[in-house]
Amino acid sequence: MIDFLSQPWPWFVSGPLIAMVLLLLLWTGKTFGMSSNLRTLCSALGAGQQLPFFDFDWKKQQWNLLVALGAILGGFLAAHYLNDGTPMLLNPKTVAQLQTLGIQDAGTAYLPNALFGWEHWTEPKVLGMLVLGGFFVGFGTRYAGGCTSGHAITGLSNLQLPSLIAVIGFFIGGLFINHFILPFLL
Amino acid sequence: MIRVFVFLGIGLFFGVTLFKSEAASWFRIYEMFQFQSFHMYGIIGSALLFGMLFTFLLKRFNAKSLLDGQPLNMADKDKSWKRYLYGGTLFGIGWALTGACPGPLFVLVGAGFMPVFVVIAAAILGTYAYGALRSKLPH
Repeated sequence: MIDFLSQPWPWFVSGPLIAMVLLLLLWTGKTFGMSSNLRTLCSALGAGQQLPFFDFDWKKQQWNLLVALGAILGGFLAAHYLNDGTPMLLNPKTVAQLQTLGIQDAGTAYLPNALFGWEHWTEPKVLGMLVLGGFFVGFGTRYAGGCTSGHAITGLSNLQLPSLIAVIGFFIGGLFINHFILPFLL
Repeated sequence: MIRVFVFLGIGLFFGVTLFKSEAASWFRIYEMFQFQSFHMYGIIGSALLFGMLFTFLLKRFNAKSLLDGQPLNMADKDKSWKRYLYGGTLFGIGWALTGACPGPLFVLVGAGFMPVFVVIAAAILGTYAYGALRSKLPH
């Protein structure tokens, strides 16, 4: 059983399981939205004293912080105890393309060492990418009122047109960076 | 106390699934934006198909919260397009730069990738900046 679970999970298993997470959260009277935790953390850190947007009873969102904490534990569990080291079956074209961009560990590593490795993340260019990227993730998700879980899964499942517009935006921004900016940054 | 374990458990299940599906991997996000694999589209598409079915059934049978019997939270999003298109595009920029959306950020920290803390700290700062500029932005 553990051996079976330790292989990479195919998309047709993972997708329905993510839908199960949505079902469980809706059925407990909550919502599925991970980026809301960033707002809650701002509020918990005292931002409500300066900005009305963060002036709410963040303790009512503790359930979602618990989901995030669970996700952290899940990442630990999966990486250390459910991981048989099977290579990631990326498209060989993707692997070759990344090699020409200087990323050599596509398929063998979970994250590129050139961006997240101990000896690389402090390089000014890499640190700039991580900080700027993270800033846009936080700013954009709150501006759009949700991320992949809140819009692409929850909102689209509930047939919300605003979520479709948001997901189109995700791809406008993502495709632009991936095709026109990353080749110069990597 | 039981609630603590319920939500911790749901998060744990979510975290393991995200890691094992490889959706938390920078490589899979890069590949997705290159349209070089069906993998990520399969995950999101099948999650959506089942999500639609589950959402429909909860509404159809007027389900109440399993925890306290209260009505469920499936409100419509505010009708508008600007905030969704502009905000969504900005998030897409961050998603492609870091290869991670908010869920995977938590999963990756748990998996031991400590530099991801920098991304989370920057995301909290970005959220704060939105809160500060909110009244000046088109929604």
